[in-house]
Amino acid sequence: MHILYAILIGPFVTMAREPAFLIEVLIGGLLAGVMYSLVALGFVLIYKASGVFNYAQGTMVLFAALTFVGMLEAGLPVLLSLIAVIAVMIVLAFAVERVVLRPLVNQSEIILFMSTLGISYFLVGLGQILWGGDVHPLDIGIPSGPLTVHGILINQLDLYAAIVAGTLVVALALFFQKTRVGRALRAVADDHQAAMSVGIPLKQIWVVTWAIAGLVALAAGIMWGASLGVQFSLALVALKALPVLILGGFTSIPGAIVGGLIVGAAEKLGEVFWGPVIGSGVEDWFAYILALIFLLFRPQGLFGERIIERV
Amino acid sequence: MHPNGDVLLRVEGIALAFGGVKALADVSFDIRKGEIRAIIGPNGAGKSSMLNVINGFYRPHAGSITYKGRTARHMRPHQAAQAGIARTFQNIALFKGMTTLDNIMTGRLLKMRGNFLLDALHVGPARRDETAHRAVVEQIIDFLEIQAIRKVPVGRLPYGLQKRVELGRALAAEPDLLLLDEPMAGMNFEEKEDMSRFILDVNEEFGTTIALIEHDMGVVMDISSRIVVLDYGRKIADGTPDEVRRDQAVIDAYLGVAHDGGKGA
Amino acid sequence: MLYREVGQFRTSYAADQAIFPIRQDRIGMLALLLVAYIAVPLVANEYWLSTIFVPFFVFSLAALGLNILTGYAGQLSLGTGGFMAVGAFTAYKLATAFPGLNIVLVFVAAGIVTALVGLLFGIPSLRIKGFYLAVATLAAQFFLIWLFVKVAWFQNYSASGVITAPPRAVFGHFFVTGPEARPAYKYWFTLTFAAVLALAAKNMVRGATGRKWMAIRDMDIAAEIIGIRPLSTKLLAFAVSSFYIGIAGALWAFIYTASVEALAFDIDRSFQILFMIIIGGLGSILGSFLGAAFIILLPIFLNNLPNQLGLHVGVALVTNLQDIIYGALIVFFLIAEPNGLAALWRIGKEKLRLWPFPH
Repeated sequence: MHILYAILIGPFVTMAREPAFLIEVLIGGLLAGVMYSLVALGFVLIYKASGVFNYAQGTMVLFAALTFVGMLEAGLPVLLSLIAVIAVMIVLAFAVERVVLRPLVNQSEIILFMSTLGISYFLVGLGQILWGGDVHPLDIGIPSGPLTVHGILINQLDLYAAIVAGTLVVALALFFQKTRVGRALRAVADDHQAAMSVGIPLKQIWVVTWAIAGLVALAAGIMWGASLGVQFSLALVALKALPVLILGGFTSIPGAIVGGLIVGAAEKLGEVFWGPVIGSGVEDWFAYILALIFLLFRPQGLFGERIIERV
Repeated sequence: MHPNGDVLLRVEGIALAFGGVKALADVSFDIRKGEIRAIIGPNGAGKSSMLNVINGFYRPHAGSITYKGRTARHMRPHQAAQAGIARTFQNIALFKGMTTLDNIMTGRLLKMRGNFLLDALHVGPARRDETAHRAVVEQIIDFLEIQAIRKVPVGRLPYGLQKRVELGRALAAEPDLLLLDEPMAGMNFEEKEDMSRFILDVNEEFGTTIALIEHDMGVVMDISSRIVVLDYGRKIADGTPDEVRRDQAVIDAYLGVAHDGGKGA
Repeated sequence: MLYREVGQFRTSYAADQAIFPIRQDRIGMLALLLVAYIAVPLVANEYWLSTIFVPFFVFSLAALGLNILTGYAGQLSLGTGGFMAVGAFTAYKLATAFPGLNIVLVFVAAGIVTALVGLLFGIPSLRIKGFYLAVATLAAQFFLIWLFVKVAWFQNYSASGVITAPPRAVFGHFFVTGPEARPAYKYWFTLTFAAVLALAAKNMVRGATGRKWMAIRDMDIAAEIIGIRPLSTKLLAFAVSSFYIGIAGALWAFIYTASVEALAFDIDRSFQILFMIIIGGLGSILGSFLGAAFIILLPIFLNNLPNQLGLHVGVALVTNLQDIIYGALIVFFLIAEPNGLAALWRIGKEKLRLWPFPH
C-alpha cells in the first residue's frame, strides 16, 4: 500500500503543496518540449514526403552540431561556419537522395528504415573522424544563468532555445501551408503516384525535405549543444522525440508540435515528481510508456482521423 | 440450383454510414440455400459494403442479419468464418509472400486442431492434419487446374491466376455461403468463361450457396438464380434475371435518369 | 557437386512436406551437423570456439527469435535487447535462488518468463501497426534496461550492477559456466540449443502456425476474414519470439560472456540483431544464421584489415572507420539484395538445380 501511495498519490500531493514549483517544472518541461517538437518535425517532414522513418534524424543533429563546432574551432567566424554547415547539410540531402533513396525507390518501409540506420552509423563514424569524438563545448553567447519572473526560475538557455525552435516550427508550418513548394510537398505526402502524374518532381521534393530536416537538425544541434556540449549523446537525446511521433502521429505537423510539448512537460514532471519515488533516470522511458498507454486508448494519435479500412 | 430452398441468410433493414456518407440504407433481402444470388448496381451502390456487412467486416448501424436461423446485428469476421462464410475480394487479398499451396492451405486453418507446440515438435495431430488437409487442398488445386503454380509465390502470378487462387482459398474452407466480390473483374473473355464454369461447378458439385457481385451483365444473367439491385445504397429491385431485366427502376439506374445530376453508371 | 533431383519423386504428401524434400539437402544437413558436433571442436582452437562459434549460436538464436516476430509475423520490433536482458536476469535470479535447478531448466524457464514479458509488450500490437508499433517496442527496450540497472534486486544487490554466472554443469560434471567450464562444453551446449530451437522454428513456420503468422504479415484484414484471430496470432508470435530471445540472452550472460551488465543489452544490441535478419533475410530460418555469421565476422575482419594491409591506425580511428563501413555496407546490401543472403543462397541453389542448362 505504501508503495502504491508513493507512486499514485504522493507526487500529486507534492504538486498541490508547492504550486509555484510545479509551474516552474512545467515551464521548464514545455520549453524543453519545444525542442522535441522541432526534432519531431524533422521526422514528420521526411516521413510525409518520402514514407521513410528516418532513424538518422538523431545522428543528423549530432553531425550538424559537430560540423558547426569543428568549423568554429578551426577559426572560422560564426556566420561563415553557419553558412558552411548549411551547405554541408544540403550536400548531405543530395547525397542521401542519390545514393540511398533513389536506388531503393519502391522498396518496403522496413527496408527504407534500415537504410537510415546505415546512414546513421555512417554519419556517426564520419563526424567523429572529421571532428574528433571528445565533448566540444559550444558557446553561442547566450547567458546561462536563470531568469526570475514573479518568483519563478526560468533557465535562459532553455528560453532562447524554445524561442528559436518555436520560430522555426511556425516558419515551417507556414512554409508547408502557404508556399508552392509546400503544397507540392503535401501533394507528395498524400499520394506519390498522383503527385508524379501531375508533374511534381519527386526526387527534388526528397532533396528539399531532407535538406530542411538537415537544417532542423542543425538548429536542434546548436541549441542542445550549447547546453550539453557537443557530444555523441546528442544523437540519443534526439531519440526522445520519438514518443512525440506516436502521440502526434507520423504525418501530422500540429501533432508533432502539441505532442512535443506534452512529452517535454510529462518528462520533466516524471523526472522531478516521480523520479525520487521510483528511481532516477525515469526520463529515459517515461514519455515512451506514457505514449504507449495513450495509444491503447486512441490508436490514431492526437490528431489522426479514424482510419476506415477497406477491402 | 435450388432457387426454392430454405433461407440460409436474411438481412433486414441494414443501414451503414461512413462519417456522414450513407453507404447502405434499409436494405433487406435473403439468400436461399443452394442458389447463386447476384448483387448488382452502378459503382458506389454499396455492393461491396453489403458483403462486408455480411461477413462482419463492417458493423451496420441498424438492421439485423439472420444466418442459419440465428439473428444478430453483427458477427466478428472470424466468427463469420467459423460459421461457414468465406469470400473473395474485389482487389485480390492474397498473402503475397506465400505460395499458391500455402495460400490455399490457410483456408483450412479453421479445421486444423494442432497448436504451436505440436507444430514445433511436428508430432501428433499437427503432422497428421498437415497431410490430410493437404489432400483436400490438392483436390481443389486439381479442380481449379492450377497444379503448375502450386509452389510459386502468388505475388509473381498474373492477375487471372491470382483470382483463381483466391477462389481456391475460399473453397478450402468448404463454406456454406461463398461471397464473391467481382470474381471476373479485369478478365478477358476466356478467363471469364473459365471462372463462370468454376462458379457453376462449385454450386452444383458441392451445393455451395453463392452470393456474387459482378458488373458483366451477360455473366450475371446467365449464372444467377436471383438478383438484388442496389443503387445509392438502397435496394431498387429483387427478382429473377428476367424480372430484373424488365424492371424500369433498374433500367433508369443504369441509364442514369433516376437521379438529379444524372451521374449514373 | 551434383545437385540434381532427377529421379527423386515424392509419392506422398508427407514426403513432399518433409523438411528437406531434396535428397542432397538432407545429406548436406546431416553432414553439417556431423561437422558441427565432431569436426569443429576437434579442429578449432579455444579462441575460435569461445569468441566466434559460441556468440554465433547465441546471436543466431536471437536473430531467429526476432525473425519469427518481424520476418514471419510482420511485427517490427526494436526491443530485442530489452528482451535479451529479461532472459539474462531471469536466468541469473533463478540460478542463484535455486542452486539445485538443472541449468537447462533454468534457461527454459528464463525463456518462458521472457515470453510472458513479450506477451505483455505485444498487447499494443492489436491497436497499432508498423512504425507506431516499432516505437512502442522502444518503450519496452528503455524501460526494461532501466529496470535492470536501477532495481538492485535483479542483480542480487551487486555493487557494480554486473551479474556473474554461478558455476553449473550438465550431466553432472561437464561444467558450462564457472571457472571449470571448458570452451568445448560451452560450444556443444550452445550448439544444441541453437540446433534444437532452429528445428522447432522451422517446424512451426512450415506448419499451420507459420501460415497464420505469414497471413497476418501479408494482409491482416484478409487473414481475419478467413478466420485467423489477429490478436492471439500476434501475441503468440511475440511470445514465441521472446522465448527464443530470452534464451539467447541467458546464453549470452551465462555461457558467452559469463558476467554481464544490463547495458550490454541496450538499443544498439536491438539494432545489431535487426541488421542480422535484414542482411540474412527476413522470413528465413537460414537467413537468421547467415546474418548472424556476417555481423559477427565483419568487425573481426575490419579489425584485422589494417594489420593485413600493413597499416598502423589508431584504435579510435578503427572504431569510427568501422561505423562508416558498417553503415555503408548496410545500405549497399539493401540496394543489392533487399531479400538478404538467404535469397542469394536460394537463387544459387536454383541455378545449380538446372546447371548446366541456364533455363
